[in-house]
Amino acid sequence: MLRVTEIPTKNAKHVQKFGKLVLEDGTVFDGIGFGYSTVVFGEAVFNTGMVGYTEALTDPSYSGQILTLTYPLVGNYGVPDINAKDNDGIRKYFESDKIQARGLVVHELSLTASHWNLSMTLDEWLYNEKIPGISGIDTRALTTKLRTHGVMMAALAVSEKEIDEQELKKKLASAKKYNDEEFMESVSVKEPQVYGNDKESVIVVDTGVKNAILRNVRNLGYKVIRVPWNYSIEKILSYNPKGVVISNGPGDPIKCAKTMETARELIDKNIPTLGICLGAQILGLAGGATTYKLKYGHRGQNKSCIDLDNKHVYVTSQNHGYCIDPESLKKTDFKLWFSNTDDDTVEGIRHKQKKIIAVQFHPEASPGPFDCMFVFEELKKLIGEENAKR
Amino acid sequence: MYSIPVNPQYVASIIESERPDGLMLGFGGQTALNCGVKLDEMEALKKYNVRVLGTQVKGIKATEDRQLFKDSMIECGVPVLKSKTVYNFEQAKEIANELGYPVIIRVAYTLGGKGGGVAHNEIELHEIVTRGLNASLVGQVLIEEYVGHWKQIEYEVMADYDRNNIIICNMENVLSMRVHTGDNIVVAPSQTLDNHEYQMLRSAALRAAKHVGIVGECNIQFALDMDSDKYVAIEMNPRLSRSSALASKATGYPIAYMAAKIGMGYKLPELVNHITKTTTACFEPSLDYIVCKHPRWDFSKFELANRHLGPTMKSVGEVMAVGRCFEESLQKAIRMLEIGNDGLVANRKQDDTYDVEDLENRLQKPDDKILYYVAAALRQGISVERIYKLSAIEPWFIEKIKNIVDKEKDLKESTLDKKSLEEAKMLGFSDKQIGRLVGKEEMEIRKTRKEWNVVPVVKRIDTLAAEWPAQTNYLYMTYGGGVNDFDVTSDSEKIAVLGAGPYRIGSSVEFDWGTVNMVWGLKENGVKEVSVINCNPETVSTDYDICDRLYFEELTLERVLDIAEFEKVTGIVTAVGGQTANNLTPKLAKNGIKIIGTSFEDIDRAENRSNFSKVLDDLHIRQPPWQAFSQLSDAKKFALKVGYPVLVRPSYVLSGAAMKVVWSEEQLKKYLEEATNVSPDYPVVITKFMLNSLEAEVDGVSDGKNVVIGAVIEHIEGAGVHSGDSMMCIPPWSLSNKVIETILDYTNKIATAFQIKGPFNLQFLINSDQVYVIELNIRASRSMPFVSKFVKMNLISLASRAVLGKTLPHVPKDRWRKIHSYGIKVPQFSFMQLEGADIILGVEMQSTGEAACFGESFYDALAKGLMSSGYALPKEGSVLITAGGSENKEKLLQTALLLKSLGYKILATEHTAEFLSDKRIGDVQVVYKISEPERKPNIADLLYERKVDFIINVPSTSTLEKYVGMLYDEYQIRRKAVELGIPVLITTELADSFAKTLEWLRHNDTTKKPLEPYEKIE
Repeated sequence: MLRVTEIPTKNAKHVQKFGKLVLEDGTVFDGIGFGYSTVVFGEAVFNTGMVGYTEALTDPSYSGQILTLTYPLVGNYGVPDINAKDNDGIRKYFESDKIQARGLVVHELSLTASHWNLSMTLDEWLYNEKIPGISGIDTRALTTKLRTHGVMMAALAVSEKEIDEQELKKKLASAKKYNDEEFMESVSVKEPQVYGNDKESVIVVDTGVKNAILRNVRNLGYKVIRVPWNYSIEKILSYNPKGVVISNGPGDPIKCAKTMETARELIDKNIPTLGICLGAQILGLAGGATTYKLKYGHRGQNKSCIDLDNKHVYVTSQNHGYCIDPESLKKTDFKLWFSNTDDDTVEGIRHKQKKIIAVQFHPEASPGPFDCMFVFEELKKLIGEENAKR
Repeated sequence: MYSIPVNPQYVASIIESERPDGLMLGFGGQTALNCGVKLDEMEALKKYNVRVLGTQVKGIKATEDRQLFKDSMIECGVPVLKSKTVYNFEQAKEIANELGYPVIIRVAYTLGGKGGGVAHNEIELHEIVTRGLNASLVGQVLIEEYVGHWKQIEYEVMADYDRNNIIICNMENVLSMRVHTGDNIVVAPSQTLDNHEYQMLRSAALRAAKHVGIVGECNIQFALDMDSDKYVAIEMNPRLSRSSALASKATGYPIAYMAAKIGMGYKLPELVNHITKTTTACFEPSLDYIVCKHPRWDFSKFELANRHLGPTMKSVGEVMAVGRCFEESLQKAIRMLEIGNDGLVANRKQDDTYDVEDLENRLQKPDDKILYYVAAALRQGISVERIYKLSAIEPWFIEKIKNIVDKEKDLKESTLDKKSLEEAKMLGFSDKQIGRLVGKEEMEIRKTRKEWNVVPVVKRIDTLAAEWPAQTNYLYMTYGGGVNDFDVTSDSEKIAVLGAGPYRIGSSVEFDWGTVNMVWGLKENGVKEVSVINCNPETVSTDYDICDRLYFEELTLERVLDIAEFEKVTGIVTAVGGQTANNLTPKLAKNGIKIIGTSFEDIDRAENRSNFSKVLDDLHIRQPPWQAFSQLSDAKKFALKVGYPVLVRPSYVLSGAAMKVVWSEEQLKKYLEEATNVSPDYPVVITKFMLNSLEAEVDGVSDGKNVVIGAVIEHIEGAGVHSGDSMMCIPPWSLSNKVIETILDYTNKIATAFQIKGPFNLQFLINSDQVYVIELNIRASRSMPFVSKFVKMNLISLASRAVLGKTLPHVPKDRWRKIHSYGIKVPQFSFMQLEGADIILGVEMQSTGEAACFGESFYDALAKGLMSSGYALPKEGSVLITAGGSENKEKLLQTALLLKSLGYKILATEHTAEFLSDKRIGDVQVVYKISEPERKPNIADLLYERKVDFIINVPSTSTLEKYVGMLYDEYQIRRKAVELGIPVLITTELADSFAKTLEWLRHNDTTKKPLEPYEKIE
């Protein structure tokens, strides 16, 4: 017999509950509840990625949202050890310290998970983190609805008992709207955190940063100083950083006025800066462009973007509901760097004179393809140019 | 368009005459790729300044040559298995000892892993290496570490000249690395990989493709440890493959079309997604369903074949099922196979029971029933973990199979309520399975189900998980959802055409040709909405742009009725999907579905043996004496009366072959008792088997009154060889005018008597100039594309008019006789892949494909046909003749004389040599049987040393039917020859034609003319 080692499998525990998903327009989806029994309200969005639920759920950009996965089989490989950390003390398999999405909607939750790196099942993880999940949903029908009507508020209820639909609808009507919510205080660090001890450092402005961004900046060979979203330019400069990254994060970029101020200063002072996702929108706004909300956002791992400088196309990972208005860009000192080949939305901008670049997609992947890691190298290049000048 | 052998000589001559600017090598499988590499090496491409479009020859070589492949992978940072290329057994032994057994032997430049294998010891190593070295075009094999217990993951890459590249799809093989992907149960996308592993392999695939310079499409296969994220690249196919066809259908991304555009210089972002028509083709499809591919094996046609699954591909076809969970997809796939199973469990035939030890043994050595063993093991309470350890199937898949087994138990033990029924349907149980478990009929379950409103929904396959609007017509049905993606609202005429299901022995691409041409014909004749139902990912009829709506679905009564109800169809065409669709005709008709074409009653009259006979009697048309029996004693009496041999056709078969030629009473008794179940419910039809007869067929179309004759085709082999395995020729090469006239007359009478409205095929037997009718098929036949191409008249196009009730144009009944050329269809066999299978032909079909060639003379066409189907036509050398029985020896005399006069050296076994010498054929070298290895010169040595160029091996008539008194020695000769790629001619007719072709080639060159288009028939 061949050498075949044991691989861990685990069975789901927190399943077979009552579950109900109600949309703002009155549509009701009955399903099977799993994870934690509670009621949550949030913006219903969908992601078309076929893998990476652990990464997606812990991505702070999903704060305030109820995440639907269009891929119908979820939980197959379970959840890895949440305490595993890399050399810099960053969580190895997750994008932040907790599940950020308010709820999870799937077609089928695998009742058994199997993987060599398994530590628990998906329902168990959700339960531990007090997050509700619902399965047995026709997620394709739900996705089609969100695509045609646009994203909307939703209520997700999971309970041991029958769920009162009318009451849920009533509660949903009075729940705070996603667009009105303030997220920065909850997703950003309160105090600066330092990773690594390299000589040169890069500041990461934390508007809800994913761990993969921290890791990628670390991999460039810099010490990473992660600072709160509203950190002033003075405080940032006090670290004498070689460059700055403004991170991804949830919500309307307009609400990040303080970060925008910082961004304006960074542009002014021509400090090598990379904006990612929300960070890109903030840089755009700081440069005089405007942003708008997409009907149903871009969330997936199969989005192709074209580099307008060399016409090369990359498959990117995306997760954004807002984006920069390409028309408004024309009046600014930014030029279009990447655009989405499906709908020509703005996917990256580059300052015409200054060392400021930004991408709407996620070069750090996680989940998603690694094709755009070179964007981090671009930041390093800008820093190199700046160093050479000095 | 040329119908010629795809080999460097022929292709070079076409290049010389056509002077093309470019050549695409990636679309014709391994055959085309090998041919292209050879053309490049011959400098034929350079000479005529032909550019290779797509992946360049250098890139092809970097993936095809094992060592170059490994080197390239290491260069771009993709790990590979430790291995070494060897050129002889001694080297192989050394490397195997170094790596440690088991090792896998892979052969450079072959099809489907041909000749490879896993060796657990030195004896096996010797056998596989020797065979592999002979099979390889370059005489090299690779000895490699064996990682059978790792996951087998594949990625499909698209890349353009600008180095933009994307992944279309990844796939996971359920039976891990143990089993060749062609024989594996495959799911798309992968199910057990996390994001890290998925992306790690994705990046490696893109890196590898970029490094070797892929332009267009390629497939790359990885082995991934179950126990860590360790991985290795196993192989790369720089061409469209079975896997890419599957990926195309699994995602809705038209890979071949895009690859062709890319070959011509388009960049990926310039191409538009065909499904959305707005978004770019430079993206990665996102699926919101799970696809399951299941291979179709036909081992039962080859009693001696080894059913074990391993690194050599043995399947002959495949199906693809789409569902919203694994259980649903898997059970759908099993039904689609049409092997008589309604799913993984609760089948008509009770599951075999095994003792634990036997079961554990079977789990370790997968064969075609492996998933049933898993189910049986679960039923016996063997743990998932234990099953995984034995079978190397990822526990996730075993757990899913357990869900099916658990549900089976649940259905059996509790009363059926709506919730339980819904669950069962979601897990892919068919009404038949459920009925069987709860003790009800299929139709009762259907009725209850509809009352409870448990019905499937229709979902679209749109490449992007509903993210963008897509009006695609590419559809599947599932119980994993509550809402149809759309509803059929129009009230125009709607016709559904049933496809032919999986390719298998007896049903291949010819029926797909029929399906597609029928769809086109119906559209041309004004039918507003034509849909297709089929489940074979290798076909054109499952391209979503062929018809108005494509249902990638099961061809089962349940599902076809579901679709008919959803579509509100006017009627269904069942005449072009071969036996599969034909079998559904009565069931559909009984459920109120209108059959478009010949009425169900008329089809039934033709299928019912007694009714059919009666009509023939009324028409005064002869048929071989036959009778149906439900008692052995009556059968014996009849056989004695008409005289042996007789052909026995049971209506219910327990195992093995369905038809058999029986030579004695003893045999008849044995066969009827052991292989079949004779009873009043299952009668046996016994027909006089007429020895020394010729066989002919007619393909035609009728509108009930007018009959259009495609052509009369004559078989080259005598009667007794299945029509699908026989070489056939238009025009008939030996039939008299009188016989042909009789055939035409009978055809006309029969077609009108049965009021045939559509295509039909009639088979005749000619004995002493008397014409007998042996079979009528009121449907498209296997030979119809061949006939249509030969007579330049598309028979299915005409049939589409007939099925709609339109009058056929007048076509002279001798139209085909005015074409002054020859067309020959030659079967293609896959005995090499079917370890152990004997190549002797009989009444059961065994060929897996065919080649058709056209020429100005019989031998012109035959030479090309033989070469196309893999026969080497040696200009000189040695022939081994061994014939059983004096009759055969007598028949071969002329052939032997001819070969002798052509200068071939003749070797023969003792008796044959004696006979030939007696007939004054001197200089015959006597060689000895394989079973007498001490006697030299021995056949075995001569074969291995390649001292025999071809073999004439005709067993005596009484062993014509396989396995009956078969001489093991002869079997050995044939088997070894097949494994070593030496042509074996097994009938006197074939030997005669072969020898005459060799003679003809001495003085003539074959012609190379393009095919002419169909003529418009008005």
